[in-house]
Amino acid sequence: MDPKISRRSFLKGTLAAAGVAGMSALPLPKSARAAGGQELATLIDIRKCIGCEACVEACKDVNAPKFPEPEKPYPKMYPSRVKVEDWSDKRYTSDRLTPYNWVFIQNATVKMKGEERTLHVPRRCMHCQNPPCADLCPWGAAFKLKNGITRINSDVCLGGSKCKDVCPWHIPQRQTGVGLYLDLLPAFAGNGVMYKCDRCYNRIEEGELPACIEICPQNVQQIGPREEILQKAHQIAKEINGYIYGEKENGGTNTIYVSPVPFQELNRAIEKGPGKPHLKPVENTMEHADNLAKAMVIAPFAGIAAAVGKIYKTIKDTGNSEAGHDENR
Amino acid sequence: MMKTADTQVIAQPGRKIIFRLYTLTWIVLAFTGFGQMPIFKRYYISDIPGMAWSADFFATHYIHYLGAVLLLGLIAFAAVDYLVLDRRRYRLSGAGLVRIALLAGIVVTGVFRVLKNLPDIVFSPGATMFIDIAHLGFMMLYLLAVLCFAFTRSGWLVPRSGGL
Repeated sequence: MDPKISRRSFLKGTLAAAGVAGMSALPLPKSARAAGGQELATLIDIRKCIGCEACVEACKDVNAPKFPEPEKPYPKMYPSRVKVEDWSDKRYTSDRLTPYNWVFIQNATVKMKGEERTLHVPRRCMHCQNPPCADLCPWGAAFKLKNGITRINSDVCLGGSKCKDVCPWHIPQRQTGVGLYLDLLPAFAGNGVMYKCDRCYNRIEEGELPACIEICPQNVQQIGPREEILQKAHQIAKEINGYIYGEKENGGTNTIYVSPVPFQELNRAIEKGPGKPHLKPVENTMEHADNLAKAMVIAPFAGIAAAVGKIYKTIKDTGNSEAGHDENR
Repeated sequence: MMKTADTQVIAQPGRKIIFRLYTLTWIVLAFTGFGQMPIFKRYYISDIPGMAWSADFFATHYIHYLGAVLLLGLIAFAAVDYLVLDRRRYRLSGAGLVRIALLAGIVVTGVFRVLKNLPDIVFSPGATMFIDIAHLGFMMLYLLAVLCFAFTRSGWLVPRSGGL
């Protein structure tokens, strides 16, 4: 797979939109429309990653202006079970996800064709198609863009960490001492701001590639319309007799991994824990809610039907009662 | 004690069950609605024996949706019931109209919130936040109004002149 083609097709799409819009800086929905009205997905070919961490560094450099600069000392929190989460002195940590590290490399030593081999897996937000972090955020601080990027608005986030709890991979990470909560009830509500990969939404707006994709010397990643990316993923998987992760996980994500070994094996081999997401199968977390939403369409009709039944019974009873009166006269 | 139009209407067969169901639905909706904010674990509510589920955001979300299903059904039932059976004898009071206006606000913003949560439906960040805050705002106003109306004993209905 020639990565230049991916870049070319991606740029071609955004430039086409620019032509239509007559603007050099593209608003995101236009970018999404440029991609055939589809969400943009990234393809991560695990075979190609050498673990050089160029993506990790590029992400840090490009997104540094978005990183938190907390005010110290932090407000005392009530109740005391609310703990400060401070990464500001550990901002160069690169072996896990933190508010200052939105992508990192997981290493997995696995057996391939009888030989031990170490595979490297770049990990960051999966950008789910139906993201529970955005669906369940009570403030709208987390949201999904039409082009398939899930973002957290750091100006609005109160750092309640709900997005991290409901994320099947617990991706977003919290930094205390920054954000809107300081102006509200710093001791009693909120605890900072949640941070995670925003897939360089601002670079995409300008028709540029996300930093991690652009910098990669091995062309591990590609970006494009999801359908196209999935086709490529299946093609590679077929060629190498490999495996795909992200197509169906959590109902489908916009980060698609292709691996020469099963993801169960990779999951066993990687280090897991806080800031180090698993690679297990994930059911569609929003599916039950979506089904209940359908029930909401039926509910008013059921209510009307019940009322009509009651009215019919009332009229019938009144008629019988009046007939009884007539007979007694 | 003087009977209000509401108590007369509620006293009709079957209405008491509907009224109780409506009240229970609101208790569930209000509790699980507040549970959408990450406060139950922080403030030890989920530590109360039997309340561990309240810290599970998916559980409170599903229950909130179930409450919404019930509420929509009850509103449709009550609207048809009133329009066909009670409208000639009772009219909506001022308090009833305020309740309906706030309910409409809650329902409309709730519907948009549910739509936003469906796959393939994306609202702008500004619209999403407006819907979220408006939904919470209408709910707070509704609760406040219900408390005030309970204090002033203002029901939903008043008899039409000559109706009783």
